[in-house]
Amino acid sequence: MTTQVLFANIDEPGLNTIDVYRRHGGYEALPKALRMTADEVLAQLETSELRGRGGAGFQMGKKASFLPHGSMDKYLVCNADESEPGAFKDRELLQKNPHQLIEGIVIGAYAAGINRAFIYIRGEYQLQADILDAAVKEAEDAGFLGERILGSDHTLSLVVHRGAGAYICGEETALLDSLEGKRGNPRLKPPFPANQGLFQGPTLINNVETLSNVPHIIRMGADEWAKHGVSGSAGTKVVSVSGCVQRPGNYEIELGIKTRELICGLAGGPLPGREIKCFFPGGSSSPVLTAEEGLDLPYDFDAMAKAGSMLGSGSIIVVDDSVPIVEVAKKVAKFYAHESCGKCSPCREGTNWTVKMLERVDTGEATPMDLDIIASVQDQIIGHCLCVLGDSMAMPIGSMVQKFRAEFEEHIERARERNELATVAPEPEPVALHGAQPDVGPY
Amino acid sequence: MARVQRYADGSRVPGWDQAVDLTKEPAPVPEPATTPVPDELRATIEAYMAKYPDRRSAVIPALAAAQRHYGWCSPEAMDQVAAVMRLTPAYVESIATFYDMFENEPSPLHDIYVCTNISCSLRGADELFEHFVETLGDDAQFNVRSFECLGACDIAPMASVDGVYVGPLELDDVPRIANDARDGRPVLPSKQIANRAVADPGAAVPVPDPDAMAAGPLVPPERGRGEAAAPEDEL
Repeated sequence: MTTQVLFANIDEPGLNTIDVYRRHGGYEALPKALRMTADEVLAQLETSELRGRGGAGFQMGKKASFLPHGSMDKYLVCNADESEPGAFKDRELLQKNPHQLIEGIVIGAYAAGINRAFIYIRGEYQLQADILDAAVKEAEDAGFLGERILGSDHTLSLVVHRGAGAYICGEETALLDSLEGKRGNPRLKPPFPANQGLFQGPTLINNVETLSNVPHIIRMGADEWAKHGVSGSAGTKVVSVSGCVQRPGNYEIELGIKTRELICGLAGGPLPGREIKCFFPGGSSSPVLTAEEGLDLPYDFDAMAKAGSMLGSGSIIVVDDSVPIVEVAKKVAKFYAHESCGKCSPCREGTNWTVKMLERVDTGEATPMDLDIIASVQDQIIGHCLCVLGDSMAMPIGSMVQKFRAEFEEHIERARERNELATVAPEPEPVALHGAQPDVGPY
Repeated sequence: MARVQRYADGSRVPGWDQAVDLTKEPAPVPEPATTPVPDELRATIEAYMAKYPDRRSAVIPALAAAQRHYGWCSPEAMDQVAAVMRLTPAYVESIATFYDMFENEPSPLHDIYVCTNISCSLRGADELFEHFVETLGDDAQFNVRSFECLGACDIAPMASVDGVYVGPLELDDVPRIANDARDGRPVLPSKQIANRAVADPGAAVPVPDPDAMAAGPLVPPERGRGEAAAPEDEL
C-alpha cells in the first residue's frame, strides 16, 4: 500500500551520514543535473508537475520559472518551519535523510540560477538542526556545496538558520522577515517573493518535502517520476496521520489512494469500540470532513479541494466519537489566537472573539444564535488579511459549526441545564413555594 | 493555558496604556567600551553575523546564544547582543519578546515543553500537562510550559525536555523525566524521537548492514545551560 521514494532506506542506521547516503545512490542526481543546462533542469521540474508539499500545492517548477534570469543576488529558502498542528513529516525527512534535501536544494538552486540558500528550521527541532548542520558540513567537505560544485560553474552556499518558536514564521513572507532578523510579520503580496523576497532579492521558497523530491525527479526523469500518483497530483506524498488512530505516524503513499485505506488500513483505524467522527485532511487549518464525506475519497489535491477541504501539508488528524466537537473547536481556535502575529485586525480580533464565544458555548452562557455569530466572524476573517493564518482558523471552525451544528446546540443546552441545576440545588425554598419539585438529582 | 503574557486590558504589549516619556532619550547602540561581553559569546555572535548578507539576520541565533549563556534574555544579555551587533537595545528586545523560545524572565534550569495542541490532547496531553504542573510546578529547577504543536504527533502525548523529544508519555513517566533531568542522564532513552523507527511498514529495514551500524545510531546532542555551544556546533 505504500511506495518508498523519499522513504527508501529511511531507517537504515547512518543514512544521515554522507557515506551511507552515497552508497544508496545519493548525490548521483547532482552531477547528472549539472551536465544539463539550467533550463533543461527547470524544464524537468516543470514537466514533473511536482506540487508544493508545504500546504498551498503550487507547482514548484512554475514557481522557479518566475524568478528573473541574470546574475543578480537571488536566494533559495527551504521552509523547514513545520509547525502546523498535525504535521511531522519534515521532521522525519530532516532527521533521517538530510542529504536528500541538500541535494534537492543544490539542484533547485542550479535550475533557478541561485547562489545563496538558507534552511529556516523551527527552533524546537534541535536534534534535526544539529543533524542538518553536520550534513551541510559533510556536503561542503565533499564538494557538493561551495564554489564551483563538482567543477561546474554552479556555486552555492547553504546556511541552516534556526527559528525561535513562532507558527507564523511558516508563512513564507513572515519567514523572510524573520530570516532578515525582524519580528515574523507577513508582508503584503504582491510583490511575490519570486520578484522581491529575501533582502529584496528574487527568492524561491520551497518546503522540505518538495525539495527532497527534486533529486528523484532528476534521477528517474520527470516522466518516470510522474508515473507515481494521479493526474494533477503527481508523485508520492509523506502523510502524517495522528490523533485517534491505532498506529499514528508517517506513511509514504502514492497520491490518489483511498483515504480509508490510509486511515483505517495503514494507520490502523480508530481505537477498538470507537467510530471516526471526522478528520482534518490537511492539518488543523483544513476544514474537517466527516467520516461519510471523506473516507471514500481519493487522497489527492483535487479530490480534497472538491470536497470543500484541502490536502494542505498532508497531515491527517482523526477525531473519534468520544471527543466533543466543541473541545476540538476550542483547541484549534486557541492555537490560532495564540499564534496570530497581531498585524491585521480581522485575524487578531477575530481569533480572540472566536475563542471567547466558544468558551461561552462550553460554559452554557451562549445561545444557538451565537453559533451564527461565530460563523459570521469566520466569514469576515477569510480573505481579509495579509496572510492566511486567520483563514486557517476560520475554515475549520466554520466547517465544524456547519457540519456539527446539532452537537453544538446540544452542548449549549446541556451546559445551560447544568448551570440551572447548579443554581437551583442549594436553595430548596423557592422549590417549595412554587409547589413543583424539579428532579435535581444528587448535586 | 498557553502562557502569553498579558498586560493592561489583555493587551500583549507591555506599557501600551502608559504615555511615552518624551523627555527621555531613546537608548542608543551600547558603547562597546562600557559593555563588557564574554569573549566566547562575542565570538559566537560575530561568527553568526558573518554568515548573512545583512548582519541583522543573526539576531535570533545571537539571542539564542545569549540565552544559552545566561539562562534567559536578561536586559544585560540583550545589551550585550546589541553592543556586538551594533543595534539598539529596543530592536533586540522587540525580537526577544516576539518568539516563544526566548525567556524574558529568569528561567529555571530545565525546560519542559508539554505539547497540548490538538493531536496530543486527543491522546491525553491535557491530563499529562496537569500532572507535570502538579508534580514539578513548584520545583525551582523546572520550567514547565504548555506548548503549541511541537511537530511530533506520532508520539503523542509528548514533551520536549531541554530540547529532547520524548513520547508517548504516560503519567508515570513524569517523575522519571524529572529524575533523569536532575541527574543529568539522557531523558527516557527508550522514548526519544531519535530512536524511533518510521511507522510506514514499507520503510522497514530488511537486513541490518554491519558497515552502516559502525556509523552508530543517532545520538541526541548534549546540551546545557551556562556554556555557549561551540560555534561549529551551530554553523
